[in-house]
Amino acid sequence: MSDPVVDLGDVGLDRGGHLLVKRALRRVPVGGVVEVRGRAPELAVHLRGFCRAQGHGFAPVPGGGRVTRGDAEPGRWRGAERAGAVDAVVDQAPAHWGLAARGATVEAGGPAFDFALTSRAEVWADEARRLYAQAAAAQWDPATAIPWDATVDLPDDVEDAVVQVMTYLVENETAALIVPAKFAARIHPHFREVMQLLAIQAADEARHIEVFTRRALLARFRFGLSTVGGQASLKTLVDEPDFALASFLLSVLGEGSFLSLLWFLRDHAPDPITEAVARLAAQDEARHVAFGLAHLSRHVAEDPSLRGRLAAAIQRRHDALAHTAGLNQAVFDALVLLAAGRWEPEALASAWDAVQELERAMDEGRRKRLARLGFGGEEAAALSALHTRNFM
Amino acid sequence: MSDTLILGAVAYDPKVVTIWDGFQRWFAERGLDFDYVLYSNYERQVEGHFGGQFHVAWNSPLAWLQAEKVAAKLGRTARAIAMRDTDCDLTSVVVARADSDIRSVDDLRGRTVAVGASDSPQATLIPLLHLAELGLEPHDDFTVRRFDVLVGKHGDHIGGERAAARALLAGEVEASCMIDGNLLAFGVDGTIPSGATRVLTQTAEYDHCNFTVLDSAPEPLIAQFRELLLAMRYDDPDVRPLLDLEGLKEWKPGRTEKYALLARAIERFGTIEAFVAALGKRHA
Repeated sequence: MSDPVVDLGDVGLDRGGHLLVKRALRRVPVGGVVEVRGRAPELAVHLRGFCRAQGHGFAPVPGGGRVTRGDAEPGRWRGAERAGAVDAVVDQAPAHWGLAARGATVEAGGPAFDFALTSRAEVWADEARRLYAQAAAAQWDPATAIPWDATVDLPDDVEDAVVQVMTYLVENETAALIVPAKFAARIHPHFREVMQLLAIQAADEARHIEVFTRRALLARFRFGLSTVGGQASLKTLVDEPDFALASFLLSVLGEGSFLSLLWFLRDHAPDPITEAVARLAAQDEARHVAFGLAHLSRHVAEDPSLRGRLAAAIQRRHDALAHTAGLNQAVFDALVLLAAGRWEPEALASAWDAVQELERAMDEGRRKRLARLGFGGEEAAALSALHTRNFM
Repeated sequence: MSDTLILGAVAYDPKVVTIWDGFQRWFAERGLDFDYVLYSNYERQVEGHFGGQFHVAWNSPLAWLQAEKVAAKLGRTARAIAMRDTDCDLTSVVVARADSDIRSVDDLRGRTVAVGASDSPQATLIPLLHLAELGLEPHDDFTVRRFDVLVGKHGDHIGGERAAARALLAGEVEASCMIDGNLLAFGVDGTIPSGATRVLTQTAEYDHCNFTVLDSAPEPLIAQFRELLLAMRYDDPDVRPLLDLEGLKEWKPGRTEKYALLARAIERFGTIEAFVAALGKRHA
């Protein structure tokens, strides 16, 4: 039987002809011969160089060459392994799978990546894929989703109160951006959906920071106050090295409480822009809370001892913050004035009641979420009471 | 250094350190105590070899001929024990611009030909010999424009060939010389647009680098080194990245018959006479 022939026509190896040669070689066994023909004037010179570099044998013939398939290419893929299955995650993702797509064929000998979170039990939640899709579909455009042209004409003190609340929100949302961004970079990419969800969570917070900033500076040239107590509380979140504990403190307790705060701002907003930024941010925060609850519920079900660690984390954070002031007085007062919208004593009193109600709602929400994680009523109430007075 | 095999190599690129550090680890895992010394140029390396500074040289083809001739002068022998698969059966080409009036080697009479570094076998010495043997004596029948990038590294650095190719495309010269593989590489990396050049002539086949040992080398260590080299497999993931860096798929036993072309070139141009004479004298 004669050797297979591949005709490159006018195409040289410097214009993609090598693809045809490679395809023809794949169809013969190692040691098999392919005759390459073509009209490109430099074909024989190119073929000689190509074969040498690729480890194939070469013998010139008029108008081309005879190429003997070498064993370098199959050698490269000997010992390669599949990085799991496309649709299923493994219990422990090996470091040498690295950045490969789940289900890709990974060449042996690659570098071992130093991902800290490699076990399914630590990071996985079946809901991640659905929540990611939901988040991707629900991305709103800060430029168009907010009625930035609406008239905002508040009394100076009320405007100042809005600015103070926005100052507080930006600070908190910055922590809420940093924490998932940090863990997105530590999770083995095998758990792609969780990595994607954390990334989009960080992107959500980036938009929140943008719209809160824009609202704050609508009628002012500077932000309000940032306190030691507030930053100390957030620092405990940013510094938490354990993914489960950080998710618990940030998403379940912090963002859970924030959800109530954003609903409060939506319902008591003195202007349509404040209403819109709070409403849209709350939609996103609800997803963050849902993911935190989903993966921690699964984690607790697989490892009931985690519950004790979660409780200890709240206690530890409480102790660490015991010497701080908690929610800064300026924020608290600003919330009341923002909700009142004016200085009339009656209006202030009813706004005060609303803020008290907000704190009760936050506490109730925390207790419910703690119950979802299997904490009993009394324990949930006690733990909720220990949550930071800074809300987040 | 009795139990350690020491190799001499020329640092033509920073990757040389990565390569030999990697091989050092690979050899150590297989029981060969291996180390290396780097030289900035092949002449210093050849001199170091005769001075007993190391056991085996990773030599350019020109350095091989230098070592072989100095050894002969001293009544000693040099051997090539191994080489890369990619060192075998190279050719060089002389190319003109496709849109020029240069259609044959004879059209180069009175014109300018760009070559690589003065000591580059593939981009200077062998192509110039080839043209001379076709009847065009360099300097007499055509002007030679050298692109002397990193002289002393014997053309290991691709810069001279690339600069010569650029000069051709810029219309500064009528032809340029390069190794066959670089004609394709320059096409693929965009240095030479596809179809922009015409191959005027191609040299006969020649060989490139080899591991050179002198008759004083410690035989058991050299044998172990050679055996391990020849056992390296491209499907071994530990060694494959090093083979990729060094540009080979497998090591082959050394052979010396295909240095004849370069030997004729240096004979004709008197390239290494002075060096060989001086070194022979110093080590006599």
